[in-house]
Amino acid sequence: MRLLGNIGRRTGQRLLSSVPALLGVVVLTFMLMRVLPGDPAVFFASGPSAGQEEIDNLRREMGLDRPIPEQLARYLLDIARGNLGRSLTTGQSVLTDLRQRLPASLELTLSALVIALGLALPLGIAAALRPNSIVDHAVRFVCTVGVCVPTFVSGLLLIYVFYYLLGMAPDPTGRIDIFAANPPDITGFLLVDFLIAGDMEGFQAAASQLVLPAFTMALFVLAPLARMTRASMLAVLGSDFIRTARSLGLSRRRVILTYALRNALLPVITITGIVFSTMLGANVLVEKVFSWPGVASYALDALLASDYAPVQGFVLLMASIFVMVNLAVDILYGIADPRASMS
Amino acid sequence: MSAITTLGHAGWVLRGNPVTVVAAVGAALLIAAALFAPWIAPYDPIASNVREALQPPSAAHWAGTDQLGRDIASRVLFAARIDLAVAASAVSLSFVVGAVIGSFCGYVGGALDRAVGRIVDVLMAFPLFVLAMAMVAALGNRVENIVIATAFINLPFYIRFARAEVNIRRNLGWVEAARACGDSHISVVLRFLLPNILPAMAVQISLNLGWAILNAAGLSFIGLGVTAPTPEWGIMVAEGARFITSGQWWLVAAPGLTLMLSVLCFNLLGDGLRDILDPRMRT
Repeated sequence: MRLLGNIGRRTGQRLLSSVPALLGVVVLTFMLMRVLPGDPAVFFASGPSAGQEEIDNLRREMGLDRPIPEQLARYLLDIARGNLGRSLTTGQSVLTDLRQRLPASLELTLSALVIALGLALPLGIAAALRPNSIVDHAVRFVCTVGVCVPTFVSGLLLIYVFYYLLGMAPDPTGRIDIFAANPPDITGFLLVDFLIAGDMEGFQAAASQLVLPAFTMALFVLAPLARMTRASMLAVLGSDFIRTARSLGLSRRRVILTYALRNALLPVITITGIVFSTMLGANVLVEKVFSWPGVASYALDALLASDYAPVQGFVLLMASIFVMVNLAVDILYGIADPRASMS
Repeated sequence: MSAITTLGHAGWVLRGNPVTVVAAVGAALLIAAALFAPWIAPYDPIASNVREALQPPSAAHWAGTDQLGRDIASRVLFAARIDLAVAASAVSLSFVVGAVIGSFCGYVGGALDRAVGRIVDVLMAFPLFVLAMAMVAALGNRVENIVIATAFINLPFYIRFARAEVNIRRNLGWVEAARACGDSHISVVLRFLLPNILPAMAVQISLNLGWAILNAAGLSFIGLGVTAPTPEWGIMVAEGARFITSGQWWLVAAPGLTLMLSVLCFNLLGDGLRDILDPRMRT
């Protein structure tokens, strides 16, 4: 109970201390908007033929004739009200667009994270159990090469092998085959929605679309996770309490999984937060390769069409996710190591 | 005397670490290829020849031709110039700015140091590729802005590194001596501390070059920066991507592989340099 209280207090503290970071990002996006080429009023005016009077009216309406601090205050107020502006390309409000597309991105990123952890932990443990063996060298080789392959190259390689050569993967465009029926829109996560609807065929179809992009992203972040697991496992395995556990005759499985791994996981949790942040960036590339209808490809299309409100909304969204992930990492760390939340 | 022992030590480390030698040779070859591209490349990288479009690798075109019949090998060679130039200028820019900011923070300490440290922490954990994207969007879609954006996302690493290195040296005897001789603080930092941390920062530079190449190629892959007819690895992969589902793998293979190998070379070189300069860090 006391532990829970501690975690709660710590969470509150962290939440408060993340406010400046978030505010900094908001101000940064505002500044970016201010230095953006072109006058937004001209942009929003009816067309290139719009008269000076119409533009002036728009400037007044949008508050662009006010001093900059006031504009910043208005911008912050707008964000607090959830008004992120309107996308010129889709004609919808940015918030609606982002909300529609966020589940696709999250589904991809989270599956990739699960795959990456599922591969990295066993690899790292295997390498740490037999340092300088063939297994260790193989893992090191995979890690060294893994960080050098750009996601847009490994993604295309996977498409070539599994779609073109082997014919195992479906057409690598989008989350679901265009002829397939969509599940009822409950959570927006296709896998979850198909499961809720009890449509196993649909679940399989959605999963098979997801496998290649998720693996592409997982391969990219495999290296830091596996390396950290190996290093931290090695350190823990050399410590006294492991020697004690061994000398007591505990089974190998128990020593490794119960005693060593639990302690070795702490640094891995910390690096998982950083890895997640890298994945949010890699999302842009992977979504483009697989024509994935997520927030990153939305922002990218808007960016290339000089439509800036979605880009700002996207950066803001990434910043908020990043703050929340750091918070989650912190809470997990507190659960894994109660000493951390005591101090 | 000391130069000889350092070289001897480097030689001894290199003998035990042939991978670093291979990486150094690879990096040198890459730079040479970029420098001498106009003389080595068998074809004009931009001239199209529609009759020979989409040919698989052959004796005449040993990396094949693309959808406009351009020789891919020649394009990859010329692309090395842009990719390496962008990465090198970005890394030097962030190295100079980061080293100066970081050293002064480490030297002065106090509230300024804490504030900068906090900003750097936040920046480092932020999705940096997204930040680079947003910066290119704000500054305008041009090559020099790719350099600035790539330099900016590298900056936190240099600031943090220089700060830490200067911080452990600021009260050492020779720094005190320089101060006692009447050198100003600025002069102590620029003339004594910065040169002293340079070897340690060389490792960081090599490791960052690979990362900068990846970022710059990634930005042009999504259509930012370098524009279409210019040969550049990221764009070449992006153009070739359309043909991968119909089995024309060679459009992506050569630029993708070169990109990967160059990043690999710089990373391995950085690891090797770290072994030579700082044996304690060896893993």
